[in-house]
Amino acid sequence: MARSDGNAILTVIVAGVLLAAAVWISRSAYDATRDRIAMNERARLVARLNSVLDPALLGRDLTTTRLAYTDAELLGSANPVDVFVITDRGRPVATVIASIAPHGYNAPIDLLVGIGADGRISGVRAVRHRETPGLGDMIDRARSAWIDQFRGKALLDPPGGAWHVKQDEGQFDSITGATVTSRAVVAAVRNALLYFDQHRDDLYRAAAEAAATEHDPEP
Amino acid sequence: MTPSPDSARTAAATPWRENRALVQLLALSPLLAVTTSVVNGLALGLATLAVLLVTNTTLSLVDSWVLPRFRTPLFVLVAAAVVTAIDLLCNALFDDLHEALGLYLALIVANCALLARADTAAARLPVLHAVLAGIATGLGALGTLVLIGGLRELVGHGTLLAGASMLLGPRAAGFELDAHFAGVLVAVLPPGAFLCMAALLAIRARLARPRPTPPP
Repeated sequence: MARSDGNAILTVIVAGVLLAAAVWISRSAYDATRDRIAMNERARLVARLNSVLDPALLGRDLTTTRLAYTDAELLGSANPVDVFVITDRGRPVATVIASIAPHGYNAPIDLLVGIGADGRISGVRAVRHRETPGLGDMIDRARSAWIDQFRGKALLDPPGGAWHVKQDEGQFDSITGATVTSRAVVAAVRNALLYFDQHRDDLYRAAAEAAATEHDPEP
Repeated sequence: MTPSPDSARTAAATPWRENRALVQLLALSPLLAVTTSVVNGLALGLATLAVLLVTNTTLSLVDSWVLPRFRTPLFVLVAAAVVTAIDLLCNALFDDLHEALGLYLALIVANCALLARADTAAARLPVLHAVLAGIATGLGALGTLVLIGGLRELVGHGTLLAGASMLLGPRAAGFELDAHFAGVLVAVLPPGAFLCMAALLAIRARLARPRPTPPP
């Protein structure tokens, strides 16, 4: 069969049919996967929050309230940052701040800083970063345990002057070959503690109000 | 003695127009960033194969009705729809893998558009041939991505098939091989992709070249 080169009218018809098919495929895929994707995201968030909480809290019937605050200086972003207040039957037991270390080596580093009701850090994780593989990516808990050194620390423990890496007369180990990354994370963790210290009552009040208006038992 | 203008033009055009390697290198470049492991390469390769198969088949079916200059836009439209569906399905079914691949799964559209350009000669094939051409090109891309991924993973991390369970389920967790050495960092950095690519091309060129005849 000899093939023609087509014509304008047929081209428009074919383009219309393909466009309709493309819309239908995208729409069907979206509808079919929406619930599952939302579930995955929720599971990922719960797993991440749990990774920075005091293990003693896990397994209890906790309520998580998601708040958002903006503080370019202490939370590291000009945009709102998630702050999760976790309560156990109305009593705040932990706060997780999704703060950002703006001075990562390649890009800002997204952190989760878990802070107990006593103001001590229960855990820190770098959840999104673009640090150099083999060097700066040692902040990733999957690569090394470096980030565990913050557990148990508080705003005044070590005292303010020691909230630096050892090269800067501070107390924290830095990653060999990734001093810039280490400095960025230490400063951001301290800033998150500072933010928590200054806004603790506001956070707890906002969480209590949110809990009073809606009953959303998660995670 | 000057060559005739015609043969000069042909000679000059050959390395440029006929250089499929160059065109196909360009076609792979959007995907080089995340081919740092066998599993990533396998996932991207399978997605590329599926996209090429569907687009080749569809376009071969409608080809004789469509004005030639509208083929590429229609190709991109079909490819975008398929990639969107694959991206969403991957996000729903292989969540960890989707997280590892990030934006690059969606970039397959760009990758396939370039591969399709390399295949313009195949655009006018009958349906069955177009399907086979799609499978062949897709398998070529799949093999290349898995090879580059494997080479980078082995040299860069000293492992093979790490994270196989992300794609193949929990039973694949035991597939991982560990060569027990720390790895050479540059292999998993972006330049490593091009070094691996260069190594593969060199090996291929060496294998394709006839043996030099020994001097008498």
